[in-house]
Amino acid sequence: MIKRFQSITNKGAPVISLAVIVILWLTVSEGGLIPAYMLPSPVEVVKAFISEFSVLAQHSAVTLQEALYGLLLGTALGFVFAVIMDRFSFLYKALYPILVISQTVPTIAIAPVLVLWMGFSMAPKITLVVITTFFPITVSLLDGFKSVSADEINLLRSMGAGNFNIFRHIKLPASMEQFFSGLKVSASYAVVGAVISEWLGGFEGLGVYMTRVKKAYAFDKMFAVIILISAVSLLLMGAVAGLRWLSMPHKRKRNR
Amino acid sequence: MGLLSAESITVSFEGKNVIENISLSLNEGETVSLLGVSGTGKTTLFNILSGLYAPDEGKVYLDSEDITGKAGKISYMLQKDLLLPHKRVIDNAALPLILKGVNKKEAKLKAERYLKEFGLEGTGDKFPHQLSGGMRQRVAFVRTYLASERAALLDEPFSALDSITKSAIHRWFLSVMAEINLSVLFVTHDIDEAILLSDRVYLLTGKPGKITDEIVIRLPGEKCDRSPMSSEFIAYKEEIIKKIGIL
Repeated sequence: MIKRFQSITNKGAPVISLAVIVILWLTVSEGGLIPAYMLPSPVEVVKAFISEFSVLAQHSAVTLQEALYGLLLGTALGFVFAVIMDRFSFLYKALYPILVISQTVPTIAIAPVLVLWMGFSMAPKITLVVITTFFPITVSLLDGFKSVSADEINLLRSMGAGNFNIFRHIKLPASMEQFFSGLKVSASYAVVGAVISEWLGGFEGLGVYMTRVKKAYAFDKMFAVIILISAVSLLLMGAVAGLRWLSMPHKRKRNR
Repeated sequence: MGLLSAESITVSFEGKNVIENISLSLNEGETVSLLGVSGTGKTTLFNILSGLYAPDEGKVYLDSEDITGKAGKISYMLQKDLLLPHKRVIDNAALPLILKGVNKKEAKLKAERYLKEFGLEGTGDKFPHQLSGGMRQRVAFVRTYLASERAALLDEPFSALDSITKSAIHRWFLSVMAEINLSVLFVTHDIDEAILLSDRVYLLTGKPGKITDEIVIRLPGEKCDRSPMSSEFIAYKEEIIKKIGIL
């Protein structure tokens, strides 16, 4: 009984905190504490969202497409890097510091260069997403590969397994937990990366829409698009969680 | 010459010998224990016999074939069960067959048959974390057997278990061994376990580790009738204790 009560409060807690924030926002804006042109009320934001729905849907399709392509390519690239860096310790030593340094360069600083190089098409956006998403994948996979114990590797070797089978039967499955944590981070970076690169040039996408409504001081639309961006991020992260559930049957709760 | 034999194995690490001039043999169908205190190089010796590493000197033969430094010829079971957590019990047991290139369906069928034969019916669809320590060790033994039906190296396979689970698994082990024709070389530091399960006991002592004695265990009746309380059993125990030089 207590356990059931706890599980209800656990699930209820974030809903309650979210509701409190919305109510606070509502009273502050509707009560006139902050002028409406600076902070629109949630009601205005919802209205803006409904009236702009078809435009927003069009732009988010573009952003989602960039984020997805970038994430897929970034994941593939991150995977390849992790595998070769794990296999050849020389490459690990040579590349790891460079990868870390590359992550200290802010996304927003590379984006204009990419636009200058590649133009206003989708290419610079996808490239930026690839750059921001592959690092968490590489690092999480490498950590996962290294988490395999020498005993486990020896066991498989004693059964006559070579490097490929050791990779397939232990290293890869053992790193899935870390991989999905990395993928979750990358999925949220992907949307943000796509939006940022759209700010700096392009014809379509939520980032482009954002710069337009910013110039018009349309705060209600601004807030609508901000909320939409986090919704799209959440959607992607949810998809990652679903993928994790599907590919790791031994981690499912009901098995415990 | 026995089924498995080692001749004058010497291994050194950083200029110091870990094991020195070890020769031993394992005959078909025999269970032989290697008994010694910690640090006498038992695991080192097993790593050599299994072919995971090559010795500095000496040879390992299986059926007079030189298998020195060749892994995958005899099976190896460790103290930890090392069942892969992401694979179901049946897939864990079938893994050595899959690695040998047996097709998946056939491997699973065979694994299922042996799980059943070894008293593990109904565990196949479970994941290792759903089984108790004793059960996991039994599954690991099935996997070991499927890796090689002829010779197996067991490195303190039951030492992590509590004493009640341990005596249950000893009985299980003896009943299973009576049904199959597996030759087992067994590392332990438990004198009772060595006498209970083996036909012969090698004593490994000193630093670097050397085989200093070999004791043939002859007790009346079947192995499963051996009682650690019998006077013959206790006599062996006293002999071993004296020879290892603990007292």
